[in-house]
Amino acid sequence: MRLEVDITSKKFESAAGEQHDVIGGVSFALDAGEVGVLVGPSGCGKSTMLRILAGLDHDFQGRVSRPVSARIGFVFQEPRLLPWRSVEENVRIAAPLADEAKLSALFDILELKAHRNHFPGELSLGLARRVALARAFAVEPDFLILDEPLASLDVALAARLRDEIATLVEGRSMITLLVTHDMDDAVRLGDRVILLSPRPARILADLPIRTPRSTRGDAETAAIKADIMRRINGDPTKQAAL
Amino acid sequence: MPRLLSFALFLAVWWIGSLFAGDVKLPSPPAVLTVMIAEARSGDLFFHLGATLARVTLAFTLAMTLGAAIGYLMGRVRLADRLGDPWLILLLNLPALVVIVLAYIWAGLTEVAAIAAIAINKLPTAVVTLREGARALDAALDEMATVFAMPPWSKLRHVVLPQLSPYIAAAARSGLSLVWKIVLVAELLGRPNGVGFEIGVAFQLFDIPLLLAYSLSFAAVVLVIETLLVQPFEARLSRWRPRAA
Ligand SMILES: Nc1ncnc2c1ncn2[C@@H]1O[C@H](COP(=O)(O)OP(=O)(O)O)[C@@H](O)[C@H]1O
Ligand SMILES: [Mg+2]
Repeated sequence: MRLEVDITSKKFESAAGEQHDVIGGVSFALDAGEVGVLVGPSGCGKSTMLRILAGLDHDFQGRVSRPVSARIGFVFQEPRLLPWRSVEENVRIAAPLADEAKLSALFDILELKAHRNHFPGELSLGLARRVALARAFAVEPDFLILDEPLASLDVALAARLRDEIATLVEGRSMITLLVTHDMDDAVRLGDRVILLSPRPARILADLPIRTPRSTRGDAETAAIKADIMRRINGDPTKQAAL
Repeated sequence: MPRLLSFALFLAVWWIGSLFAGDVKLPSPPAVLTVMIAEARSGDLFFHLGATLARVTLAFTLAMTLGAAIGYLMGRVRLADRLGDPWLILLLNLPALVVIVLAYIWAGLTEVAAIAAIAINKLPTAVVTLREGARALDAALDEMATVFAMPPWSKLRHVVLPQLSPYIAAAARSGLSLVWKIVLVAELLGRPNGVGFEIGVAFQLFDIPLLLAYSLSFAAVVLVIETLLVQPFEARLSRWRPRAA
């Protein structure tokens, strides 16, 4: 199973009728079992690209091939839960085939046990994100898409959730694509880091990380990060802008 | 308690009014109650109330179902909106009386004609309200349903209907009060039974106690249905909303 992406151009038309390029040219491929991380500045077209890859937007130039009947698990940038359904119902509605044992395990890892019967309106952003994650994993996806799952959470919470995501990703072989603008998250979670330019998005670098995820401690992470910075252009001040 | 008080006030005003206007023009509450009991004893009251309620139920269900479907379609499909809009404006502004009379002329003095005429009167407001609801559907949730490959029935039940429910409730509420008003006119003009028919008879005989007995029984039924059926239903729909303090 393999995802092949070759988007040559994607434009949006503004209300005033003028066109602006959002994606300039992006091509890469991901195999099952691989975690690809797209890193790029805010507004460079990452979410737009994910919508194309998930088949939600067909209005682009280029080609995307993903396994025909691939089940998709999508964690959108906003949680996108059904406000009128409980946490548990939200997950079950998206994943009607998931059994109780599977759900229990998921709720356990994501620390949602106490919130099964709450409505989304009663949850903090961190909890709502966890529900969105539970929903995406509950469908046992072949293709998992995560759009900035750690953004706007405080540092401690983000670190915890990052570890939870790492655990879940480790537990299942699938194509995983994660979007972030945080290099630290990218290096801790990814097998490959794809750096994107500001809008219109182009690939600046496509860098594999060879150290297995489980053995990456703080020291290794810092080393890999420094290594990536060096390999891009050796100028850390420029990279800080990413 | 405040409800009881306002009912007592109503009775008091009525009674005092009847003292001033005289028993012929405005019979006192006990006089009307006597007629009401007599009509109930003979079974007539329940027969006519039942006939009217049956018509209301049928016409209301028909108009809500059709109205919801058409409104949803017009809210989602541009072409449908363009095609339907002139008809909608026409129906919205057509007087109820015209629809009823034409229905009786074209379809005869039949039950079908009566129910269709009532439904047609309610239809356009249901369409307009549901069209508004369909236009306001959240595109983000729609994408979510698509990505997770939710089957159509599940999407309708869990994603679409909950968003439409405030609009459905609004259409039902305004529609029901419209139907209550129109059903009596339709019965008066072309049906041999129902509250509207009885009121017509009472009018011709100038039997004011009978007229009031039927009108008030009808009003009581409306009140009971609104408080026991419509209001709890609305409360259930908004169960998930965080309660206001
Ligand atoms: N539906 C749309 N219509 C017009 N412009 C859009 C639309 N969606 C996104 N854009 C624009 O495309 C650019 C990329 O957006 P997005 O993909 O959300 O960026 P990000 O990389 O932060 O996820 C932004 O400049 C945004 O304003
Ligand atoms: Mg984004």
